[in-house]
Amino acid sequence: MTWRDLCSWTRRRDSSESERRLESNLPYEGEKSKNQPNRHYAGNAIKTTKYTLWNFIPKNLIEQFRRVANAYFLSIAILNFVPSVNAFQPQVALIPICVILSLTAIKDAWEDFRRYQSDRKLNRRPCLIYSRSQQSFMERRWKDVRVGDFVRVLSNEIIPADILLLHTSDPNGVCHMETANLDGETNLKQRRVVPGFCDTNSTFEPLNFNSIVVCEKPNDNLNHFSGFLEKGNKKTGFGIESLLLRGCTVRNTADASGIVVYAGHETKSMLNNNRPRNKRSKLERKMNIEVFFCVLLLIFMCLIGAVCHVIWLESFSTIPMYFIPNSDGTYTSSALSGVNMFFTMIILLQVIIPISLYLSIELVKMGQVYFITQDVDLYDEERDIRMQCRALNITEDLGQIQYIFSDKTGTLTENKMVFRRCTIMGTEYPHSENATRLALLAGETDADEEVIYQQNRRPPLFSLEEAQDGPARASARLPGNSSLHRSRVTAGASSCMAFSSPMETEVVPDETLLHLMENEEDKSYLDFFLAMAICNTVVVSTDTARRQGVTGRRNSALSSNPLECMEGLFSRATCCKRLRKSLEKLTRRRDSHVEPFDMGQTSFYDVSAFTNSVEGFDEDENAPGHRSNVNRRPRTGSSAAAPLEVCYEAESPDEAALVHAAKAYGFTLLERTPDHVTVRLPHGKELKFKVLDVLNFDPVRRRMSIIVRHPRTREIIMYTKGADSGIMERLHKSFEDPRKAATESTNVAAETQGDLDMYARDGLRTLCFAKKVVNEQTYSAWSIRRQEALAAISRKKELLMDTAADMENNLTLLGATGIEDRLQENVPETIRALREAGIQVWVLTGDKLETAVNIAYSCMLLDHRDLVFTFNTESKEVCSTMLTGILEDILQHEKQEREFSIGLVIDGRTLSLLLDDDLQTQFVELCSHCRSVLCCRATPLQKSRVVTLMRHRLKVMTLAIGDGANDVNMIQAADVGVGISGQEGMQAVMASDFSISRFKHLKKLLLVHGHWCSTRLANMIVYFFYKNVAYVNLLFWYQLFCGFTGTAMIDYWFMIFFNLLFTSAPPIMFGIMDREISAFMLLQLPQLYKRGQQTGGYRRSTFWIGILDAFYQSFICFFIPYWAYEGSDVDIFTLGIPMNTVSLFTIILHLAIEIKSWTVVHWVIMVGSVLVYFIVSLAFSALCISCNPPSDPYWLMQQQMADPIFYLICILTTVVALLPRYFLHALRGTLMPSDHLKARQIDQLPPHRRDQFLREWRNLQELCASFPSVSQSTHSTINTPDI
Amino acid sequence: MSKPLKKISLTKLLHQNKNKWSFIKLRQFYQSLEKILKETCSYAELCTNNGHWLDYTGTEMNSSCFSCSSVKPDCVCELTFSFSQLFEGPVFFYYGLSNYYQNYRQYGVSKDANQLSGDTTYFLSPQDTCSPYQYDSSGKPIVPCGSIANSKFNDTFKLYLMVNGVKTLVPFDGKGIAWWTDYNVKYRNPATVNGSLAKAFDGTVKPPNWPKPAYELDPSDAANNGFVNQDFLVWMRRAALPNFRKLYGRITGGDYSQGLPAGNYTLQINYNYPVVNFKGTKKVIFSNVSWMGGKNEFLGLAYLVIGCLCVVMAIVMLIVYAKYKFSDDDDMQ
Repeated sequence: MTWRDLCSWTRRRDSSESERRLESNLPYEGEKSKNQPNRHYAGNAIKTTKYTLWNFIPKNLIEQFRRVANAYFLSIAILNFVPSVNAFQPQVALIPICVILSLTAIKDAWEDFRRYQSDRKLNRRPCLIYSRSQQSFMERRWKDVRVGDFVRVLSNEIIPADILLLHTSDPNGVCHMETANLDGETNLKQRRVVPGFCDTNSTFEPLNFNSIVVCEKPNDNLNHFSGFLEKGNKKTGFGIESLLLRGCTVRNTADASGIVVYAGHETKSMLNNNRPRNKRSKLERKMNIEVFFCVLLLIFMCLIGAVCHVIWLESFSTIPMYFIPNSDGTYTSSALSGVNMFFTMIILLQVIIPISLYLSIELVKMGQVYFITQDVDLYDEERDIRMQCRALNITEDLGQIQYIFSDKTGTLTENKMVFRRCTIMGTEYPHSENATRLALLAGETDADEEVIYQQNRRPPLFSLEEAQDGPARASARLPGNSSLHRSRVTAGASSCMAFSSPMETEVVPDETLLHLMENEEDKSYLDFFLAMAICNTVVVSTDTARRQGVTGRRNSALSSNPLECMEGLFSRATCCKRLRKSLEKLTRRRDSHVEPFDMGQTSFYDVSAFTNSVEGFDEDENAPGHRSNVNRRPRTGSSAAAPLEVCYEAESPDEAALVHAAKAYGFTLLERTPDHVTVRLPHGKELKFKVLDVLNFDPVRRRMSIIVRHPRTREIIMYTKGADSGIMERLHKSFEDPRKAATESTNVAAETQGDLDMYARDGLRTLCFAKKVVNEQTYSAWSIRRQEALAAISRKKELLMDTAADMENNLTLLGATGIEDRLQENVPETIRALREAGIQVWVLTGDKLETAVNIAYSCMLLDHRDLVFTFNTESKEVCSTMLTGILEDILQHEKQEREFSIGLVIDGRTLSLLLDDDLQTQFVELCSHCRSVLCCRATPLQKSRVVTLMRHRLKVMTLAIGDGANDVNMIQAADVGVGISGQEGMQAVMASDFSISRFKHLKKLLLVHGHWCSTRLANMIVYFFYKNVAYVNLLFWYQLFCGFTGTAMIDYWFMIFFNLLFTSAPPIMFGIMDREISAFMLLQLPQLYKRGQQTGGYRRSTFWIGILDAFYQSFICFFIPYWAYEGSDVDIFTLGIPMNTVSLFTIILHLAIEIKSWTVVHWVIMVGSVLVYFIVSLAFSALCISCNPPSDPYWLMQQQMADPIFYLICILTTVVALLPRYFLHALRGTLMPSDHLKARQIDQLPPHRRDQFLREWRNLQELCASFPSVSQSTHSTINTPDI
Repeated sequence: MSKPLKKISLTKLLHQNKNKWSFIKLRQFYQSLEKILKETCSYAELCTNNGHWLDYTGTEMNSSCFSCSSVKPDCVCELTFSFSQLFEGPVFFYYGLSNYYQNYRQYGVSKDANQLSGDTTYFLSPQDTCSPYQYDSSGKPIVPCGSIANSKFNDTFKLYLMVNGVKTLVPFDGKGIAWWTDYNVKYRNPATVNGSLAKAFDGTVKPPNWPKPAYELDPSDAANNGFVNQDFLVWMRRAALPNFRKLYGRITGGDYSQGLPAGNYTLQINYNYPVVNFKGTKKVIFSNVSWMGGKNEFLGLAYLVIGCLCVVMAIVMLIVYAKYKFSDDDDMQ
């Protein structure tokens, strides 16, 4: 009790203050808890369970009754306890709701138990906590860790809590941490000991720690943390770079110790741990309307019942003897009886609103999710990533997508950067040899892939280190802690191999550039490559750790094809005519840069040698460079011959690409610590730069800088790297000064800008490098401000930004690089298929316009037949004039009934204008006419605004797909968010509903699984309504013959069994397993997807047809037995048995007509349901003599089954009930088959005939599709505003 | 009786359009249907359409039971009828009630299953479901309690065959007319006290409508008393529909094992059960039973009609399929 009080008090206290103060626990060790200074902070034991053993039942019940449906059924069950109203035995009426509740409760309990188990496993993990009495670190469990404890984490161990790093085994006070568990980023992150603690090379003595730690309150920001150590009046600031995060793994560092600042649920990783989201699917929202219809139907039927009951009562002039008087001998008035009857009828007919529908839908969705995640085609072998469904209840939305909003980088493209070209001091070096190599490599990888994959069984990272360090500990621990051991191993094995394919790591230096570097000692080259090598956050692991990270990547051959690149250049071409003209022009221009593919040049990379190098990659990593150096220069050769192998861990792939490129020119990054960077120069000399400061990259500045002191000249140099927009505006004044227009540096800037534009048109990502020499005084002044900013707690971010901006000016441009971002495999095919499926694909990217347009052409998003309008203006007037003009043109064209397709390219600045209220309507209207839209330089917020706008204005189903943190907003704004588990971290995946590993998987996910899921679920829901209406109507018809008194001719137990037992499994199976059309056909004919978009596979007419059929079938099921028994001595329940039985047959066989694919499971469940019906009914009739009066089932079934009329009725009724549906089904299949039906018919043909049919079908479609374009190309006079 | 009237007007209507052959056909069809589905015959003659039956409600003046229809205790009336040929056996004798809602929900609940299974603890305190036939005005428990038992049909019948002007009794076999399981399993008499069933009912009263308590239902057969009385069991199995019949006895004994011979019969009715006040009717039905239970024209007819329909549909589908498929194949080539 006290603990709980304390706990709640803690939270209050913690939230009342803006900061958290804590001190070491050691002086208080062994004292009572009330004396502990840090007792208010949460402990490290975690509990993610919702329930405890005691509160499970009440809490779960409350949760369940929050659902309207459950509350409805409960209230009806309670209504049954009112004597004048009740239709059934009150206790019995509680059974269905109890079954549903308990099934749901079991499901919840199971999930909770799983969470409990995983919690327990985590809480029981071992860790080392310092103990004052033992004077050493003692082994404890994770749950024993408290805030203020000193914890030591050994290499490859998982960090138990958020720890402020105070000591590491590294002499530089550095500790490496892998955060893959947390954000999926596979690179190592460096953490530093709090300043002032790193001087101790001796062992760390926690007892001497007497400062007070002041830090911010727990929050979920993984990239931000600040606070200071207080010792008397001395304050030492620290930030996120000194915090070890729970859940991460310590790497490369023998041991690290620190004081726990956040524990348990207050750690950053736990605060980031969101539960899967609960979205409501469109279909479910739609279904609610059907439920509403059912409610109306129910009320209508009950009203009929009540009114007819009154009429019936009034038809008797005197009171018949079978009327029951009240206990005082009077009779209830007919009006009151009518009112009572209304409620009785509600109870009797309640099942019309299907009680088990909600549970069934949940089960079905779980099953669907299971089958989707099990799909082998969505599994990424290379990376061992499976498709994940994070939102469990919107599977069917996948089948209704109308708009896809896609990110570009990492989604359409690989986000595997390859260095392609660079420009230094205004001179462009095309690196044509490298291009040739890449083209060659792209051809080779396919063959090598198998071999490489075999090699891919990586040994655990740092295994050697573990072996050295481990024996004592490992031997002590292993017996009881296999789980720990295993987790350690897996943590190692999941290490990255990102950015390390030969395609990215090997760069063939440009010959011209090499010659230049050899001949003249121009410092600009030196600076350029130094900047490339050091201006980054790449961590070098030169350890014994070998990363055999080689995987053949199946790259799209298209993107490396020079012709394709050329095509990409024509972003500005807006129609065919212009295109041709510019094609000739641009080809000429390009020829000056790209040397034609020449056999004489390629001979020097012989293919076999190359394959060899791929296979034996870890033996000689620099093989290609080495080989090429044979006939070139010893300088680069020496670097390759060096004994050390380096492996780079980069935060972003372009950084890695740049470092590798620098290495190819001999500038090898050897080591990076917080204090210095070591680079080996081409001559073999090593330069050790002292790092004075690093201004990290942020999206606002769009650049990063590193300030170093040159070891020889002792100058303070700042190297800056960033996007051209981020660098160009900060160049040295002289660049802008018109008076010095003729200076060399201006030319450099202008020429570099020209090259940058060309790179962008080629679809390359550009980065500029600049340099600045800072004088000592400026630096020291700035440094003080910087330190203050670092120590600040409030406004720290702004202060840091300001200080960075102060420093980054007057830059001198060094050059720029062009990095290729390759298209992922099958992206154009996927986009084409999605298009054919009637889905609009938009690309929203932060990239430059030219780059984006090029990628758009190469991935078939834009077509050369399209009319492309480009919006690139900052003026609102221009923007609105353009909009109006284009819309008028479109309307004119539409009047002439000419079909054409429009592409729209919008720049970020213009986009913000278009998203304004006054232009919004026109913009949306234009968009609805466009085939594709491309938004460039869009901020994350703009992305989500575009998605929201389209979603709300056009009322369409949207899907957003992206891989980076900048896509999170968009993913959350869309109806369906898909994350690509790529290389830019896990934020997108965390925010998504589904995560896939490649863009191409979207095709199968939508076209096949989406189609299946939506069709299945829609069919199942219609079937569910049909089933219940059919069954309930049976009872309603009987009311005609019992004076509307609410009698059921079917024993209530049979009714319960009927819904819960006999007819529940088939629809669930139907919802999970039915395949209307095979996956093959769905992929072959994407247009089949279109049906789902308009209706979600669920038309209201289907619902009403189902209801009408239910009325008809129930009519037959009631009246055929009725006529057969009319006037006989049949008793109530004996009449009910054949009705119940024929209902079962009808309902099951109705499903059999609807089922499109039969498997063993289908047969088992269908036949099983019928068998279960007979077995259970017979058993129940035999066993229950008078178990639950007025239930009276004894020997009913046996009696009926001994009577031949029963069988005659069953056969006849079932046939008559199903005849219309069957007949219409058959006729429709022959006379007017839908596309889906045709596809199914084709699918059943033998393969060769099937292929023939498919070809014809597709030809027909292409013919249809080509007509509009023909008409459009002849009519290219449309006014196309071009920038 | 409005039915015959309606028939006449319809027939007139049809006559006027006699010249059209379709109407003739229609009329013939209608008549045959009417013959099968409706039972149109007047009193004092044995209706032979759907079983052989005889209405004895006595609502009409010329009915011999008219005098009994206004409730008089121990009223006896007689009906005469004749078979022109042997009515083949085994013959089942039913009584039929119409507009009688035994399926009325509250009526159906009004019994105590525990009491009826012979559990004497429920004799003194019947379940509330029996209310208001739970305790009599003096507070004594009613056994068997509840409305179903209370409203038990209590007319009795005697059938005489006129042989040479002498009335000979045709015996009804009232054994085994209830479900075997009802008689042997579900309904049980309380354990006898000192060999007397009556003593087991000590402290209870008979249902108000009953002339005699449960243990004296059949004075002729001691084993046919209490809750296992066959007529009682038949009555307790509630009819599904408002117009129903219930088995009264079989005519299987002695000379009548082959059936009822041709001749004149007299049915003597102890008219006790009031039905007029709720516009009900009472009748008796003679029926012979085939291998599949009672006569059932409906099923036979329905099978014929549906069978024909299926054949027609099959032909339609065949034609459609052939036509479509061939044209489709033409398209292909």
